[in-house]
Amino acid sequence: MQSKSSMTSMQRVLTTLSHREPDRVPYFLFLTMYGAKVLGISIEDYFSKVDNVVEGQLEMRRRYRHDSLLAFGYASAELEAWGGETIFYPDGPPNAAAPILANVEAIDQLVLPDISKAQSLQRTLQVIEKLKLHVADEVPIIGVVLSPFSMPILQLGFERYLQLLHFDKPRFNRLMWLNEKFCGQWANAQLAAGATAIGYFDPLASPTMIPRETYLASGYQTFKRMLGEINGAIAVHMASGKTLSLLPDLVNSGAALMGFSAEENIPDIKAACRNKVTLLGNFNGIAMRHWDEQETKRQVKLIIDGAGQGGGLIVADNHGEIPWQTPEQVLYWIGEAIEQFGSYPLKVN
Amino acid sequence: MNIDYSKYITELQGALLNTDRLAVEEIIADALGELSKLDLLEKVVTTALAAIGDAWQKGDVALSQVYMSGVICEEIISKIMRAKAVMQTTQPKIAIAVLEDQHQLGKRMVSSVVRAAGYALIDYGAGIGAEQLIEKVLKDKIDILLLSALMLPSALKAGYVCEKLRELGAATKVVVGGAPFRLDPRLVEEVSAYAFGYNASDVIGIIEQAVSADAK
Repeated sequence: MQSKSSMTSMQRVLTTLSHREPDRVPYFLFLTMYGAKVLGISIEDYFSKVDNVVEGQLEMRRRYRHDSLLAFGYASAELEAWGGETIFYPDGPPNAAAPILANVEAIDQLVLPDISKAQSLQRTLQVIEKLKLHVADEVPIIGVVLSPFSMPILQLGFERYLQLLHFDKPRFNRLMWLNEKFCGQWANAQLAAGATAIGYFDPLASPTMIPRETYLASGYQTFKRMLGEINGAIAVHMASGKTLSLLPDLVNSGAALMGFSAEENIPDIKAACRNKVTLLGNFNGIAMRHWDEQETKRQVKLIIDGAGQGGGLIVADNHGEIPWQTPEQVLYWIGEAIEQFGSYPLKVN
Repeated sequence: MNIDYSKYITELQGALLNTDRLAVEEIIADALGELSKLDLLEKVVTTALAAIGDAWQKGDVALSQVYMSGVICEEIISKIMRAKAVMQTTQPKIAIAVLEDQHQLGKRMVSSVVRAAGYALIDYGAGIGAEQLIEKVLKDKIDILLLSALMLPSALKAGYVCEKLRELGAATKVVVGGAPFRLDPRLVEEVSAYAFGYNASDVIGIIEQAVSADAK
């Protein structure tokens, strides 16, 4: 029998995903641009070369000892495949530049991009392939797609998209059809390159953003179709948005993991997901800039106490990206706190 | 004569949350049979938008409903009532911007609420640099600067703008809002802003407070 203390990150994660208790609670640090900080180069330079991202990911895992590698760089990389551009900043995540669709009518002429010709996506695939050569099956490699339902925020701009969603069903349906094709191909390309699972990033799905009824009639239908298209495990992530009122619809959908918000009650979320979906969360990524050692430990303990029993928990931040401004020391403290409070069987207070 | 504003507020709120433009137009036309244009703005539209903002804060409605409500009110107010005829009598110079960030939804929501409440607003756009913004604020002699932020670096830049404006002797009151400030209330203090709007409709109370403070 495999000794609990000698589990690899992959074994630890797979055990918790099957709602059993591994040696300790696994934790994912979603480190994207942070790799540039660690390597001492600009964010734009960092993402421009495959080897930078590979080196950054491996170095950060060596330092902070978390349980995954992240192939994702920035959301706008997908928009680049559709003809969009990206604006880089010195101290924050890259932003999508102007929307690729100047108006909703432009949806009628929009054509599906060829993933094999999109440099930004090809770089990501190469990152995955190289990471896989380094870690084989010992560490999960997380690929990411922007959901077809949330992608139009970048393609059209948020305002035009909300108007489309409410007032132009035929064009909305055509855009979903195109985006679903793209999303399925992009997710499966990452899985074929060696990604272990796909983060399905769907911020618009959150009841914080749109009414539950609107989501169930639109984005949820897309999500169910994508579950059938994507050939691997899916982690649904709504950035910092709340999830609780959607959980009855999502827990039995087939998603393996579910991100949740720092603004949600952890035991409530655990009760809704226990033995059905593994939880991923829920540090407040903005507030963690200020944490000292004591506060970091308190936050880690809070999550583990609230959701760790029986497995089914991966500790992570709630937004899916550790801010550039987070002191490195906080990341070390998180690892120490996981060691201190996260060994199974958990000590129950 | 005692006017019952509550029935208009309740009806308007319901129609806005359902994104029912037609119903909103009918309610406003109906209200105008009894209310003055300014009363409609101040007592009904602003109150309904504030209630929707509060409901979002409590998690009872979604951001898209807050956005659509603001947009519909702004459109209908300007269409039916010829907005210039119902502007507030006291008009501070108000501007809005998103600093070094391209996310504009928050700015759009706040703009709709400000305009629907009868205030003129200068829009400096999104992605503007701190130095360029400061230059514009000084040149336009802005009284109240509204800064919307979605990304943490953008929120932090608000601190630089506040500090620099003070150094340069400007009396501009900087009001901040957006997810980073909501998720970490310490940020408001950190950037030393005049005020923080938890939701878009908070801005009207803040503007009124700023106007009344300046009048003293």
